[in-house]
Order: sequence, then structure tokens, then C-alpha cells
Amino acid sequence: MSETLSDPTASAGSAAASASASAVPVEPIPRLPHDRLPLLILPVIAGVSFLLIGDPTTWITLTLAGLAMGMMIFVIASGLTLVFGLMDVLNFGHGAFISVGAYLAMTALIPLAGWVQVDDLALNLAALGIAAGVAMAGTAALGYAFERVIVMPVYGQHLKQILVTMGGLIIAEQMIHVVWGGEQKSMALPAGLRGAILFGDVAVEKFRLVAVGVGLVVFLGMVLVLNRTRLGLLIRAGVENVEMVEALGYRVKRLFVMVFAAGSALAGLGGTLWAFYRETMTAALGSEVMVMVFIVIIIGGLGSVGGCFLGALLVALTANYVGFLAPKIALASNILLMAGILLWRPNGLYPVAKR
Amino acid sequence: MISLLSGDRPRSAVLSVILLAILVVLAAAPFAFPGAQALNTAAKICVFVILVASYDLLIGYAGIVSFAHTMFYGIGGYGVGLALYGWGATWVSVFGGLALALGLGIVLALAIGLFSLRVRAIFFAMITLAVASAFAILASQLSGFTGGEDGRSFRVPPELRPAFKLFEEPVLGLDITGKVLTYYILFATALALFLLALRVVNSPFGSVLKAIRENDFRTEALGYRTVVFRTKVNCLAAAMAVVAGGLNALWLRYTGPDTTLSFAIMLDILLMVVIGGMGTLYGAVIGATLFIVAQNYLQKLMAVGAAATEGIPLVPHLIHPDRWLLWLGILFVASVYFFPTGIVGRFRKAGPH
Repeated sequence: MSETLSDPTASAGSAAASASASAVPVEPIPRLPHDRLPLLILPVIAGVSFLLIGDPTTWITLTLAGLAMGMMIFVIASGLTLVFGLMDVLNFGHGAFISVGAYLAMTALIPLAGWVQVDDLALNLAALGIAAGVAMAGTAALGYAFERVIVMPVYGQHLKQILVTMGGLIIAEQMIHVVWGGEQKSMALPAGLRGAILFGDVAVEKFRLVAVGVGLVVFLGMVLVLNRTRLGLLIRAGVENVEMVEALGYRVKRLFVMVFAAGSALAGLGGTLWAFYRETMTAALGSEVMVMVFIVIIIGGLGSVGGCFLGALLVALTANYVGFLAPKIALASNILLMAGILLWRPNGLYPVAKR
Repeated sequence: MISLLSGDRPRSAVLSVILLAILVVLAAAPFAFPGAQALNTAAKICVFVILVASYDLLIGYAGIVSFAHTMFYGIGGYGVGLALYGWGATWVSVFGGLALALGLGIVLALAIGLFSLRVRAIFFAMITLAVASAFAILASQLSGFTGGEDGRSFRVPPELRPAFKLFEEPVLGLDITGKVLTYYILFATALALFLLALRVVNSPFGSVLKAIRENDFRTEALGYRTVVFRTKVNCLAAAMAVVAGGLNALWLRYTGPDTTLSFAIMLDILLMVVIGGMGTLYGAVIGATLFIVAQNYLQKLMAVGAAATEGIPLVPHLIHPDRWLLWLGILFVASVYFFPTGIVGRFRKAGPH
């Protein structure tokens, strides 16, 4: 080492090499250009609706409500789209995890009733956190079993996947009836999270702030894990080309089941939030949201987490604005939004390249 | 006879006997079973044979999974029902309503197909699910027009009412009332449409569908525009579902969201197709018959079982009559894994060819 350093010819050679390198600049690895065009839809929709609504207070209330709802839908949908991107499985049984998560959270809150009823934000949030934790752990375990028993035998066969995951949904919903009973359950918000905070004229429901917070944490967490960790690198590589990752010696099957369990846990978290938001629930809670979730991941581009985030916000905001402006067509607004976007980009806003 | 079946025989002795038995029982149902319950079951089987056979065209032959089949079924039901309700109980209303429903159904099928069939099959499943649920909500929201959740009861043309008698004298001990006449309209239409479906799948068009199911990329490479074929079969299946819906409305003299649009019916259709055997139209007949008979009698059996196991924890809940869908769900998943060709496939494998 020291010999090389003291050798003048060697240092001269390396200097010459670096000089020639600076003279002929090394081409950086070409990056995919960032496609920012879809991002523009969000401000356009918000702006147009602002003009149509006219009243700033109403508009801000609607926008914040829409953002909160969008975040919840994103939490639910992100796991589904990631599972699809990685393993090419569209889990029609995802709705079952949402419902199971909500029921588990409800069960976990029963012994915590004291923490829920007291008007102390810290204890309330702790109760919420524990309930969400139980829901996530339970749905992750269920997701693990679901992947092993229901999904694994049918990798690569789309038709059968749709059928068995649909069958899994039926069985799971019926099992909820068996375990928790068929009647409608209520899910009371913790005392400190009821009601709204007033910012001037703008009323913001406290729980929606929590939902926005959780949604942002999940989104940032997913972005960081996917882009900054080794696990994320493997997952992204798997989305691009499963066979190559396998050929490099990684156990893709294990990766699959981990991502499936993580996606199910996110569904459980989303289900908990959604049940608090609705304050009542039945076993069909999940399948009712699934329609919106499917629209979101179609709009975003199947398999894309960023697209899913954008799609969730778009769908929720549009639903809120249209619900205020023209309640009669509110039902069709999501379908119209989807049709419009598919006309522009048939594979969704951010299609995953390989499919 | 063989030409009626378009050369597509059941290819199994046991299967032929069962199918023949179903045909004979359905044909003779009003004479053989005097009760209203039995005739209702028979009529429901006829309607579902059309519905399931048309669904089999999509899922079994073209490999397309649609969740909007009940939407078309509902369009047919509402078309005929609302026409009879609004325009009076005449044949003009029946055919006018059916024609409007067929038009709407085919246009919708075309639109959905052109939007989603050109991309990927999985898109189609999701988009049909979304559109169908939006349609179901729409039907229950427009209560001024559709009757909302309550639906609409209406009168049928005089010739189809129970008080009408075709002949003065009973035939073979049975008065040929309007109800019996309606049943035979259902039966004849179901038979005709089933034979038509057999004709379609055994035509060159049907061969292309099967090729698309096996390998759509190759089919496209051979020069067939797969999206055109998929869209055509989607429209055809939708039209058949519309007719089934119209017939059902005529039989029930009622149209509402629960009898036509509910997602539970969509799941029933899926179960019938898979249990009967995908890609074998005969499976539609067997699946529909078995399922509807089971639906009527399995629940009674489970009630007996639940009463017998009273006191044991969890077991009575598992076999409570309301949980029959749980067991059908398990049967469904098991049949997808272990009998992908359904009952018909089993018989064909077992019997001589």
C-alpha cells in the first residue's frame, strides 16, 4: 500500500487517469425521467372545485375531510397493490382482512374501556395504538396462513386466483359471523378524539387529523423501506423480475409471504381506522370498501405504491367535492373518474413496467 | 338430436342419464309436482340455467371473470318489471321492456368491454365489480323510478295470470293456468338458449374463444383480434343474462334489488359454474340444479344438525342454518383446487368416452 503511494510513476499514472476521467466525463447511469404529469391532476381538481364551490371555508373543510378519507383508503389499498406488484396476485379476499382487523380492534378495546372513556389524549391514543397493534398482528398472522393455504397453490393462474381468493372472502366473512355474531357492532371513538377543532371558521374533526397522520406515516414508511433498505431493494427487484431475484439466490417465496403478511397487516390497520371513522360495522365492512379500493389501485396503476397514494387522494377528494356539488351523481363520480383516467392512460397513472 | 346439441355430446353415460333426468323432470314439473314450492324451484332452475350457461361462456370458454353478470340480470328484471308497472299489463310492455333492457345491457357490455378488455383480464374483474356495485346503489337510490329497496310488484299480461285457463278441460288432470303457461315459456326459452349457447361454443367463434382462454398471446399472433372476440362474447353473455332477468321478473311478478342485483346472487352463480364444471355448458345445468335443490334443502338439514349439537361450544354456530354459505364457500375453494373441471369433468374422466 505504502509502496504504491511512494511510487511516483504510479501516482502520476493515477493522476493521469483521473485527469482523463475529468476530461471525458463519465456518463452517469441514465435515470428514468420523473413522470410528474399525473401529479397535476390533484391541484387541478382542487382548483376547479374551489371555483365551483366558491366558499373557502366549505372548500377547506371538504378538502381536509377528503384528505383524511384518502389516507385511510391508501392504508387499506397499499398492501393490495404491493402484493399484486410483487407476486402478480390480486387478492379479492383483501376485504376480509379489513373486517377482521376492525373486529380484532373492537375486541382489544373491551378491556381498555377505561382508557377510552377518560378524556385524556395520551391514554386515548395509547388505547388506539394498542387496538391497531392487535389488529395488525392478528391480520398479519391471518395473512400468513391465507398465503400458505389459499394463495400459494395457484401462483401464476389468474382465473383460479380470483376464484379462490373470492372463496376465501366468503369463508372469512362467515367465520366472523360465527365468532362475533351477525349483528351490527358499534365502535365508539375515544373521548378525547370526538368532536372537532376549530381553526377560525374551519372545523376539522379530530379523528381525521389522526387518520391523516397515520396515512402519512405509512406512506413515508413504505417509501423509506422500499427505497432505502435492502429488503425494499429486493422487493422492488422482485416487482421488476422475480426470476432474476431468485437466480441471485434469494428465497423469493419467503419474501412473498412476508410482503403478503405486511399487506394484510396494513389492511387490518386500515380496517381499524375505517371502523372508527364509520363508528359502526358489520362483517361486510371490508367488502363495502373494496370497490373503492379497486378503483384506487386501477387509477394508480396496479402494483405502484406512489400511484396508489395519488389515486386514493384523487378518489376521496372527487367523491367529497362531487358529493357536495351534485349529490345525485356522487355515486357515479368514482366510475367517471376511473373511466376518464383509463381513457388517458389505459394502464393507470403509474403503470408498473413489466406488465 | 346430435345436431341439436351441435355435436357436443355429454360424453359420459352417467352424465347423459342425469341430464336426461333433469330435462324430463323440468319438462314434466307442473304435472309431476302439484305444489307451488316445487314449481317455483323448477322455474328458478330454468332461469339459472340460462344465467349460469351465459356466465360459463365468459368464465369457462373465454377465461374472462366478470362480476357484473347480476347487473345484466337486474337490467332484464327491471326492464320487464318497470315496463309492466309503468305501461300496464300488456304483451307490448313485456317485449318493449325486454327490448329496451337488451339495448341497454348490450351497450353497457360493449362499453365495459372496450374500456377494460383491451388491457388485462384482471382489470375486467375489478372494473365489472365496481360498475356493478355502482349500478346496484343507483337502482336502490332512484326509488321514485325503481321502487328503491322495496322494488316493484306488478301485474303480468292476462294470459299469464293464475286465473287464466288455456283450455276448458284439465289436461292430464292439470288445469293449464297462466302460471303453468309462464313456466313453459321459461322452460322453452331456457332450452332454446342453452342449445344456442352449445351452438356458439362449438362454432369457429367458440374455438377462437377457447384458444384465447388457453393462450391469448398466441391467438393474437395467429391473426385473431382477441379484444373483438372477447367483447362479442361479453355482449352475448350479457344479452342472455338480460333475458334470464326478464323471465325471472315475469315469474315472480316482482322486481327488486335483492332478487336481481345483490352480490350474493353473483356468488351463487360463481359457485354453480365452478361446482358444475367450467367450460362444459352441461356443468351449468348440473351446477344450477344441484345448487338450487341444495339451497332449499341443505338449510333444513343444517337446522336439524344445529339442534342436535346444542350445548357443544362453537359447533351449533358452525352448522347454524344461516351459515350454509360457509360450507358452500369451503366446497367452492376445494372444488377449485381438486376438481377444476367440476362434476361434469369428474364424470367424463370416470366414464367411457
